[in-house]
Amino acid sequence: MSEKLLLKGGRVLDPSQDLDGVRDILLADGMVAALGEQIDAPEDTRIIDCAGLLVTPGLIDVHVHLREPGGEHKETIASGARAAAAGGFTAVCAMPNTDPAMDDPASVGFVAAEGRRAQAARVYPVGCISVGRSGERLAPVGEMVDAGAVAITDDGSPVTNSLLMRLALEYAQSFGIPVADHPEDLSLSPSGQMNEGLVATRLGLKGKPNAMEDIHILRDIMLAELTGGHLHLQHVSTRFGVESIRQAKSRGVHVTAEASPHHLVLTEDAVDGYRTEAKMNPPLRAQTDVDAVRAGLADGALDIIATDHAPHHYDEKEAAFEDAPNGIVGLETAVGIVLTRVVNEGVIDLATMVERMSCQPARAFGLPGGTLAEGSVGDVSVLDLDAQWTVDAAAFLSKSRNTPFAGWVLQGAPVRTIVGGKTVWEAAREDVREDAT
Amino acid sequence: MNPSVSSLGKDLVGLEDLSGDQIISILDTAEPFKEISERRIKKVPVLRGKTIVNLFFEASTRTRVSFEFAEKRLSADTVNIAASGSSVVKGETLVDTARNLEAMRIDMVVMRHGSSGAARFLAERIPSSVINAGDGQHEHPTQALLDLLTIRDHMGRIEGLRVCIVGDVLHSRVARSNIYGLLKLGAEVAVCGPPTLMPPAIQELGVTAFTRIEEAIEWAGVLNVLRLQLERMHGGFVPSLREYNRIWGVSSQRLAAAPRDVLVLHPGPMNRGVEIDSDVADGPHSVILNQVTNGVAIRMAVLYLLAGGRQESAEAAKQGGEA
Ligand SMILES: [Zn+2]
Repeated sequence: MSEKLLLKGGRVLDPSQDLDGVRDILLADGMVAALGEQIDAPEDTRIIDCAGLLVTPGLIDVHVHLREPGGEHKETIASGARAAAAGGFTAVCAMPNTDPAMDDPASVGFVAAEGRRAQAARVYPVGCISVGRSGERLAPVGEMVDAGAVAITDDGSPVTNSLLMRLALEYAQSFGIPVADHPEDLSLSPSGQMNEGLVATRLGLKGKPNAMEDIHILRDIMLAELTGGHLHLQHVSTRFGVESIRQAKSRGVHVTAEASPHHLVLTEDAVDGYRTEAKMNPPLRAQTDVDAVRAGLADGALDIIATDHAPHHYDEKEAAFEDAPNGIVGLETAVGIVLTRVVNEGVIDLATMVERMSCQPARAFGLPGGTLAEGSVGDVSVLDLDAQWTVDAAAFLSKSRNTPFAGWVLQGAPVRTIVGGKTVWEAAREDVREDAT
Repeated sequence: MNPSVSSLGKDLVGLEDLSGDQIISILDTAEPFKEISERRIKKVPVLRGKTIVNLFFEASTRTRVSFEFAEKRLSADTVNIAASGSSVVKGETLVDTARNLEAMRIDMVVMRHGSSGAARFLAERIPSSVINAGDGQHEHPTQALLDLLTIRDHMGRIEGLRVCIVGDVLHSRVARSNIYGLLKLGAEVAVCGPPTLMPPAIQELGVTAFTRIEEAIEWAGVLNVLRLQLERMHGGFVPSLREYNRIWGVSSQRLAAAPRDVLVLHPGPMNRGVEIDSDVADGPHSVILNQVTNGVAIRMAVLYLLAGGRQESAEAAKQGGEA
């Protein structure tokens, strides 16, 4: 019989039950055994004093790149799962653009098994839409779902062929999983390096216009409308994209969508000086786009905050801009960035943050968690809203350091991450007191 | 001389980073150096003992030769590395190149590279002075400086002039450097070419955009005509070179219709009969060969100033003293 945990006296914020108040939570057998105002500890229970801390259903990041197999110098499933836990996440969804790509049940099963072995955040594999991510024919979706896949995507690349996207949206309905797409019309700027506009012109870099993303978002929405399938749009970055999703939802189209922390707080100006740590795809856009993504997050046009955690080895990013790969790590900065630059700036309230980082991800991807209701899975994030800290990339548990947020002073940090009723990570801090009974 | 006290800073990466005064001081410094190239013995000991590497990741005979003459006439020790034909491969070794140069205690590096930002990348990583000889589609500052010097020679000033840059502005580092330099010296600047070859948001830099060459010629006192790379046709930016010449080519008929004499520059190498007709290139409007001559003087001035020389001492340096 495993040890029980009693989280004592924390501010429990669980939008799934409209709950925001001081409560105790008893975790036993991997589940939430009890939630109440005053719970007495049964025998064999470790009591964790959570007074002054925020206790939420475990945060879930539906968009991370863990690089294994094929890119183990950037990240492994184990290092990524630990980085996730250190970032306050109890679960992540691993993108399949590995080498080889996760396009069959064996590779999906490998990621699921490695994820379990890591004993950190849960790792849910996402399978490819197409065999080899080549955009030609449907991968064995049913077998991948049997092996643990919770969604399908060709992320890293868009699904260019409209018929393939239609078939995926139809076929996936048998399994109740979302079809996630990286919306980008590559033909419009095959070698674009950053957002199209004045900064790109000044730097002499090829631009990517918003229209690349907008065209693809509209097409995907039309196909979702045609098929009734569940479309999930990844890392939405444009004002027109946000508005298109908002309108589609009002028509009843089954679409969910992500915003990435960096698209909520940074503009293309971060690229000036050829800063490769601000190179990503979709690129950082103009202020009007950032404003629209923030508004979309607030009104629900965008359902989910997902980091698009994209580790790269330091010497891959230390190159001329056009030779550097896209992407930044995000797992260990997301909570601090969202609290400091989105919640504390009044864009969304704390409850909406928990909605966007826990409840909605669980709902959209059909995952356990997203709630602390009795009987649900014992995945809990404990945050300290008062903690002031400075982003130190060298201290990341991720194997990579490619962040544009190094040196940022943030307010609010994860202090304990509990998965299946067990603490998988805790901050080396004084203010989390622990006594065994 | 001590580069830490250079009036230009450590490097010359682009004209966007310089003030109008700094640009004028380079032009003024070039004046006395022009004369050295006219001497029988074209050499002064200004940079004696300095080592300079000319590091060309892209082939460019003109720019490399111009720099090499400038360096030799100032008595520097120079080494040429043509990276495009050697084991140095683009993308693989920019960091390692920087480290190797640093280890060899080079005083200055003149670099041409196909990636925008490469010069700045190198400059941020080595203590030596870096001179950008063209980085991707970003800047080519010495080309713009020699264009400015040539315009000033012939028009007597830059301020208040109307200068139009004609052609493939989208892919042109020469265009960007010229725009910054001209605007900082008080010229009015326009660009003209097919809209497919105009960079997005170019007007936000403070320039006017024309889509018809006739309008540009009517407006401008100076035309700087850019080379149209053959690959732009393959990229679908223009349907054919013939059509490009017919619609945007600078011809003597078009110049004859201008309300004033128009000065014509071209950074070379020219595609005669494409962006510029031969009778213009070889005709009375053209100062294309003056640009080549001025290129050596401008590069001498940049080398001299970055090595810590002062503009007011350039006249004395020319007489044979070390700066
Ligand atoms: Zn993506």
